[in-house]
Amino acid sequence: MAKPRPVLVGLPSGATPAATATEPEGPHEPMKIAVLVKYVPEPTATWTYADDLTIDRTGVEGRLSELDEYAVEQALQLTEKGLDAEIVYVTMGPAKAIDGLRKALAMGGTSAVHVLDDSLHGSDAMTTSLVLAKAIEKIGDVDLVIAGMASTDAEMSVLPSMIAARLGLPQATFAATIAVDGSTVTIRRDSDTDSREVVASLPAVVSVTDQTGEARYPSFKGIMAGKKKKVETFSLADLGVETAAVGAGAAKSVTRSADVRPPKQAGTVVTDEGEGAAQIADYLVANKLI
Amino acid sequence: MAAVLVLVERTDGAVRKPTLELLTLARRLGDPVAVVLGASDDATVATLAEYGATDIRVVDAAEIDDYLIVPAAEAVTEVARSVDAAAVLVTSGPDGKEIAGRVAVGLDSGIITDAIDIAAGDGGPVVTQSVFAGTWLADSAVVSGIPVITVRTNSITPQPAPAEPTVTPVEITFSDLARSAKITGRTAKESTGRPDLTDATIVVAGGRGLGSEDAFGKIEQLADALGAAVAASRAATDMGWYGHEFQVGQTGKTVAPQLYLAAGISGAIQHRAGMQGSKTIVAINKDPKAPIFEIADFGVVGDLHTLVPALVDELGKR
Repeated sequence: MAKPRPVLVGLPSGATPAATATEPEGPHEPMKIAVLVKYVPEPTATWTYADDLTIDRTGVEGRLSELDEYAVEQALQLTEKGLDAEIVYVTMGPAKAIDGLRKALAMGGTSAVHVLDDSLHGSDAMTTSLVLAKAIEKIGDVDLVIAGMASTDAEMSVLPSMIAARLGLPQATFAATIAVDGSTVTIRRDSDTDSREVVASLPAVVSVTDQTGEARYPSFKGIMAGKKKKVETFSLADLGVETAAVGAGAAKSVTRSADVRPPKQAGTVVTDEGEGAAQIADYLVANKLI
Repeated sequence: MAAVLVLVERTDGAVRKPTLELLTLARRLGDPVAVVLGASDDATVATLAEYGATDIRVVDAAEIDDYLIVPAAEAVTEVARSVDAAAVLVTSGPDGKEIAGRVAVGLDSGIITDAIDIAAGDGGPVVTQSVFAGTWLADSAVVSGIPVITVRTNSITPQPAPAEPTVTPVEITFSDLARSAKITGRTAKESTGRPDLTDATIVVAGGRGLGSEDAFGKIEQLADALGAAVAASRAATDMGWYGHEFQVGQTGKTVAPQLYLAAGISGAIQHRAGMQGSKTIVAINKDPKAPIFEIADFGVVGDLHTLVPALVDELGKR
C-alpha cells in the first residue's frame, strides 16, 4: 500500500500539511500502528521530587501508565476486528521503562521501540514531542499513532496534539470510540456540551480516553510470548537529535521550586446517631456555606 | 504594557466564567488581548470589557467549527505573533490543552499546564501548579519563547476591572492541515439546568456507596436544594449510574468549589486528585476508615440513603 509518509515539521516555522492523496491501488501490505506508552510511578506510591526538581523515578515502583493501557487495548481491538496491522509500542524513558514495553507486549502487539539516552533526563513536553515524532519518523510508514489521553504522572494531555503538529498529521484526539476503515479513522469526542464525530484520513494521530473500554490483563501465554518480542533501542544519535537539544538544559519550561503542601488539618468526623443531617446543616451554616 | 493573550471560551454564546478568571490573571502580567473564536456580539464584548480586555481579536471563520483543534490553534498562534504577546493563557480542559500544545509548537515556546496561580516575575510569569495528586505545590516558569499556560478552572476569583477595548476582526489563512480532521457530526447534550460542574460554587458528588442509578436521584435532590452541580466518582460513572461528563478525578474533571459534598465516595487517590483543591470538603460514608475522611473538613459516618434525604429536609427548614 503506497501512502504518504509522515513529514516531520521543523522548528519553529509551524505546520506543514501532510499529503492527503487518495490511495492508489497496489499490493496489500499490513498497516503499521505506533502506540505511544509511558512508564510512570505507581499512582498509589508516595511521589517526590529529586534534587533537580524532576519527578523522582528511582525511589518508586513504576508501571505502564493505566491511561496508556487503553491505547494498547484499542490498537489490539482494531486488529482483532480485522484490521491487518502490526503494532509497535514506542516509549521514551530510563532503562526501567522497558518494563512498560514488556507489559504492553504481553497484552499483544508485534514489537517495541525504546528511546533511551541518558541526556533525555529532564526533557520537557516540547522536547519529548520532538523526540517521539523523530522516533515515529524513524520507524517509518506509520499509518496510525495511538496514545492515551494523558500520562498519569505529568497529566499534561498535550503530547498527542504536539506530536501531530510536529509530524504534520491530522489529529483525531480524546476518542471515546475509534474505527478505522483502511484510509480513514473516525472517532467520537465527548465534551460537556456535545459529542462530536471526527473523521481524518490516514496517517493520523489518535488519542483515546478511559471511556474506550477496560484494558485486558496479559495472559500467562501472553507474558511468555511478550518476553520474546523484539524491543529495539533508539539513541538520540539514531534519531539524528543533538544531545544539546534535549534534557533539562534545553527545557523551555522549568520547575524552580516545589514544596510539600501542608497537610490538611484533620477535620471533625462524627458518627450518625440520628442527628447526622442536622450536624451537617449546622456545619454548613456555621461556615457560611449556605 | 505587554499584550497577554486570553483564549475566550463561550457556551451558548455566553462567555464562560473560566475566561473571566484568565482575564483577571492576565491583568497581572499586562494588557489582556481576548481572542474570540466565531462571531462576536455586544454581550461578548461587554463581558470581556468588564473584566479588563483592552483589545479583542475576533476570528470568525467556518473552519473553527468544522475542524478539530488545529484551526483554533493556528488562529491563537497567529494572533500571539501579531501582537507580540508576552504570554498566552488558555483554560485547562481537553480542547484548551490541545490548542495550547499546538500553540507551543507553533511558537517554539515552553508550555505549562494546569496552573492554579500566576504572578508576574522578573523573567516572565511565575506559575504555581498543584502536582502529584495535589500533594505538592510547584513554581514553574517558561524560559524560552512566549509562555503558553493553561489554567485550571475555579483556581482564582474573577475580579472586574472595566476597560474600553478595541474590537478587530482577524482573517486567518489556515493551512491544509487545519482542514484535516473534519467534524462530521455533533450531538448536543441536554442541559441539566444545574450549574456547570467546573464553575460551580457547590458540588454534590455520589459514588459507589449509592449502590444504584436510581439512588442518584437523592444526590440530585440535595444538589438542587443547595443550588449545586452534581458530580460522580469513576466507580459510579463506570457502572453507568451517571454520565461520564460528570466524573471528577484523574480521568475526569478537576474541580475546586467552595464546598464539595461527597456521599458514598471512599476517596481513592484518583478521585482526590480531582477535588482536593476544594475549599471545604464534607463527606458522608458508612466506612469510618474511608480515606475521604482524611481530607474532609467535616465527616459523618453513616448511611447516605437516610442522611442525604434527611439533609434535604433539614436544608428546607433553614
